[in-house]
Amino acid sequence: MTSLTTQQGEKDRLVEIRKLVFGYAERKIFSGFDIDIRRGQVTAIMGPSGTGKTTLLRMIGGQLAPQSGQVIVDGLDVVKLSRKELYKLRRRIGMLFQNGALFTGLNVYDNVAFPLREHTQLPETMIRDIVLIKLEAVGLRGGHALMPNELSGGMARRVALARAIALDPMVIMYDEPFTGLDPITVGVVMQLIRKLNDALGLTSIIISHDVQEICAISDYLYLLSNGRVVGQGTPAEMQANESPAVYQFMHGQPDGPVPFHYPAPALVDDLLPKPTVAKC
Amino acid sequence: MLRQQVQGLGRWFINTVQRLGRGNLFFLRVIRGFPALIFRQPGLLISQLHIVGVLSLLIIVVSSVNVGMVLGLQMYNTLVDFGAESSLGPAVGLSLVRELGPVMAALLFAGRAGSALTAEIGLMKATEQLDGMEMMAVDPVRRIVAPRLLAGIISLPLLAAIFSAVGIFGAYFVGVGMLGGDAGAFWSQMQAKIDWHDDIINGIIKSVVFGIVVTWIAVFEGYDAVPTAEGVSRATTRAVVNGSLAILALDFLLTAIMFNG
Ligand SMILES: Nc1ncnc2c1ncn2[C@@H]1O[C@H](COP(=O)(O)OP(=O)(O)O)[C@@H](O)[C@H]1O
Ligand SMILES: [Mg+2]
Repeated sequence: MTSLTTQQGEKDRLVEIRKLVFGYAERKIFSGFDIDIRRGQVTAIMGPSGTGKTTLLRMIGGQLAPQSGQVIVDGLDVVKLSRKELYKLRRRIGMLFQNGALFTGLNVYDNVAFPLREHTQLPETMIRDIVLIKLEAVGLRGGHALMPNELSGGMARRVALARAIALDPMVIMYDEPFTGLDPITVGVVMQLIRKLNDALGLTSIIISHDVQEICAISDYLYLLSNGRVVGQGTPAEMQANESPAVYQFMHGQPDGPVPFHYPAPALVDDLLPKPTVAKC
Repeated sequence: MLRQQVQGLGRWFINTVQRLGRGNLFFLRVIRGFPALIFRQPGLLISQLHIVGVLSLLIIVVSSVNVGMVLGLQMYNTLVDFGAESSLGPAVGLSLVRELGPVMAALLFAGRAGSALTAEIGLMKATEQLDGMEMMAVDPVRRIVAPRLLAGIISLPLLAAIFSAVGIFGAYFVGVGMLGGDAGAFWSQMQAKIDWHDDIINGIIKSVVFGIVVTWIAVFEGYDAVPTAEGVSRATTRAVVNGSLAILALDFLLTAIMFNG
C-alpha cells in the first residue's frame, strides 16, 4: 500500500473536493467538506444509505453542480467547464452505475463497443479486438453475444466494467459495486477492481457501505455522515479509530451517533394521545 | 383548511407552469439535434421510423377499415332517404381527410407509439442508462430522444394519409360493394368535391401538428419521469391522456381556423 505520503504536492491528487455544499430543495446533503483522491490509489467513500454518496459521484462527473465549493478533476474545475470541455473530460472517466446501466436494447458486445463507436473513428475490426480484450479482462469474452436480460447481476456489472474501461480512462468510479451480489461474485468483483487499478495504472473511487470488502481492497477511506466527513484514514487507521461515529459504522453498531429511531415524540405520548382541539 | 387548499392550488399552478417551461426548453434542445441526426447518424432515424411508424401500421389499418365501413353504412342509409346516395363519396372522403384521418390516427398513435416511447425512455432513465450515456460523454437527448421525436413527426402524417385512404376503401366496400351504390358517382363526386388545398393540405397540416405535439409529449414525459417503476407508469399514463387531450383541443382550434376562414 502506498498510503499517505502527504507532502507530494498537487500533482499527486487526481480529484480535489473543497468546501463542498449541496442540497435538494430544503434538504441539506453536503455541508462543506474536503476530499482528496490520489492518483493510482483505490479510495473508498463510505457512508450510510442516503448520505449522498451517489450525489458526490455525480458531482465529480459534472452531472450536478455544487451550490458552493470546488470540484477539481485532473486540474480542471468541473463546475466552470463548458459542455464541450466537460464531455472531453468525461471520456477519461469511467463510471460503473449501481446496477450496471447496460443498454437493454444492445447485446454485450455492442454495449462495450458503444463508447468506442461514439468517440473514435476506429474501423470495425479494431473495435472488435478492443471489445474482446476488454471482455477478456472481466472474464466474459465467451458471453459477448448475450443480451443484458440474460446476465446475472454480477455478470452485468462486469460487462459494465468492461464498457467503463473501453476508452482507457484515467479514473473509474464505482457506485456500490457489491450491493446485491452473492459472496463469490463479491470476491470476483473485488479482485477485478484491485487488479484493474494496478494493472492499468488507474485511479479508483469506490462508493460503498460494505466495510469488510472496502477495507480489503482500498488504500484510503473516507466516511461521510450527515453531510460531512466524519473520519478518514487507511483501513487500519479507520478500524482503530475510536471516535463514536467512525466506530459505529466500522463495527456495525445499530445505535450510536447515527440513531436507530427516526425522530419521533416519546412513545408514551403516541400511545396515550391527549385530546387535541381541532384548529382551522 | 382554506389556506391549505389555496396553497395546494398555488403549488399545482407553479408545478404546471414549471413543467411547461421545462417541456419547451426540452423541445428546443431536441430540435437542435436534428441536423446532426439527419446528416451524421441517419441509421438511428431509420430504425426509429421502423419502430415508431411501421409497427403502428397494423392498428392504423385495422381501425381505418372499420371506421370506413361504419361511415359507409351510416351515411348511405341516411343519404338514401333523400335520394342523395351519390354524395356518399364526398361525404366519406371529406370526413376522413379533414377530421377522422388526422384525429383518429393521432389518437391511435398516442396509444400505440406514444406510450411505448414514454415507457422506453422512462425506463432508460430509471435504470440509469441515460445517466450512463451522459457519463460516457454522449448526449442522450441527441442519441435517444432526437431520433424518436423526428421519427414520430415524419410517421404520423403518413399514417394519417394511410388511414384516410384505407377508410375510403372501407366505405366504398360497404356503400358500393354491399349496398349497391354507384361506383362512378362515388369516385367522380369525391374528386369534384374534395379540394386539394382546402381539404387535403389542411388535413396534412393537422397531422403534422399532431405528430409534433403527441411525440413531443411522449418523449418529454419519459425524459421527465420520476425515475422509479411507479414514476414511469404514471408518466406513461400521462403521456397518453395529455397527448389525446392535446389532439382534441388542437383539432378544434385548427378546424376553426382552417375551415371557417
Ligand atoms: N433528485 C432528487 N431530488 C430530491 N432529493 C434527492 C434527489 N436525488 C437524491 N435525493 C436525496 O438525496 C439523498 C442522497 O442521495 P444519494 O446520493 O442517492 O444517497 P446514497 O447514494 O448515499 O444512498 C437521499 O436522501 C435522496 O433521497
Ligand atoms: Mg447511491
